[in-house]
Amino acid sequence: MNDAAADMPAETQPPRRLRISVLRYNPAEPERAPRLQTYELEEADGMTLFIALNEIREIQDPSLQFDFVCRAGICGSCAMVINGRPGLACRTLTTQLPTKIALAPLPVFELIGDLSVNTGKWMRAMSERVETWVHAQETAQGADLDRAEARMEPEQAEAIYELDRCIECGCCVAACGTARMREDFVGAVAINKLARFRLDPRDLRDDGDFYELIGDDDGVFGCMTLLGCDDVCPKDLPLMTQLAYMRRKMAAAGWRGADGAAATPD
Amino acid sequence: MSRLRRSRLPARLDVTQTLSGVALALFIWGHTLFVSSILISKDAMWTVTRMFEGYFILGRPLPVLVSIAVAVVWALLLVHALLALRKFPASYRQYRAFREHRQAMRHADTHLWWWQVVTGFAMFFLASPHLYKMLTQPAAIGPYASGDDVWSGAWWPLYLLLAFSVQLHAGIGVYRAALKWGLPGGGDGARTRRRLRVLFGGITAVMLALGLLSLATYLRIGYEHRDRVGERYVPASVAAPEQP
Ligand code: SF4
Ligand code: SF4
Ligand code: FES
Repeated sequence: MNDAAADMPAETQPPRRLRISVLRYNPAEPERAPRLQTYELEEADGMTLFIALNEIREIQDPSLQFDFVCRAGICGSCAMVINGRPGLACRTLTTQLPTKIALAPLPVFELIGDLSVNTGKWMRAMSERVETWVHAQETAQGADLDRAEARMEPEQAEAIYELDRCIECGCCVAACGTARMREDFVGAVAINKLARFRLDPRDLRDDGDFYELIGDDDGVFGCMTLLGCDDVCPKDLPLMTQLAYMRRKMAAAGWRGADGAAATPD
Repeated sequence: MSRLRRSRLPARLDVTQTLSGVALALFIWGHTLFVSSILISKDAMWTVTRMFEGYFILGRPLPVLVSIAVAVVWALLLVHALLALRKFPASYRQYRAFREHRQAMRHADTHLWWWQVVTGFAMFFLASPHLYKMLTQPAAIGPYASGDDVWSGAWWPLYLLLAFSVQLHAGIGVYRAALKWGLPGGGDGARTRRRLRVLFGGITAVMLALGLLSLATYLRIGYEHRDRVGERYVPASVAAPEQP
């Protein structure tokens, strides 16, 4: 009977053959031009792109470069462009994809080789640029480490934690048309971080201070609300809401500044 | 510590860009409704035209009022266009980066922004002749006058393209403005976005339909009136006695 295959329960169906093509280039070997290399392998149960890539590296091609640490969507190192869209390889099941899978390194970031990019360097520069740490009052001797921290309302801690879940994977930056066009654009990741510190009662910075950091067209006003960031963020951070929120606050800070009212005495 | 205070200008420019855009969108929706009064009757359209000329307050038509309104809209458009131009790709390299990104991502809101760029750019060429005509010949608006323009003056191809670009630009623009600044109480981002899409998709479809139907009606009127170009419409109710 012809229908036999269709009638079989899912487990007994023959596994799919995946064709994974990888955009390969190693900046250390500039003489070899960027090229697409295709690997074929059999899909296994519960296979993620992380598992598939490891199998390729172990069995077919030990020279293939890509990054992984946690394989659980926590470290943010396995982000890559999967069929055109940035995502985490370790959180992407191959069953969610067609049998033809195209992988490329994240754009914007410095390429280390093949699928491996240096997001760390970019994120570090971003952190220094918008100062992603709590700016607390310091005593003359520096921070007072012995003093007990002030209590925080659970809802407040919850709201901060919600935004603090960012794993700095870089997907939002790679998915952002603005970041692709203008390399000085801070990106949703930075704006979300400042939204997080703005909520933190221990951070003494006010909107005027934040305006100094992101109140221009390389900052929050550069965002064109393309929402690629919001749609790809693997941690489902509410980036659209936070971008709009910071835009309102920064617009208000900028507008008020006209008569010098927002200028804080330094 | 002393700090260099950053310019407040970017905040103002950004707010102005959105406000001018929303004002223009509201204007264009109003414009569409007034123009489509022709779908009710020639008398209705005549009444609307006369209303904007101050006829019912001043007792006589004062077309210069229309010119003034056109000048204000044109100024607003210029401000909006200059501000929006900052967001366009500024070089071929940027254009290529965006195109590559848009094609790879296949992402709805990224496409929508690109349509904003395309329609905005198109309107730069399409809206100017129309505005210039309305500015300099404000009296030439009316059931017959507009019908003559559309048919005998051969303005309809321009109006057809303009209708599409202006309605798409306005609908997408206000949708994007709502997301850009956020709506109060918009807790669930994805749901807000879905609802806004339905809302503004609907408005755009209705406005576009009204605009196209009106254009078709003016075409028909203009065609039927092709031998008497220049003659103005006078409603039966205000025939001879009220003519100056
Ligand atoms: S905001 Fe989301 S997409 Fe962006 S770096 Fe953080 S986790 Fe990744
Ligand atoms: S919403 Fe802003 S930050 Fe996010 S992808 Fe778009 S332009 Fe980039
Ligand atoms: S390996 Fe850590 S997020 Fe994928």
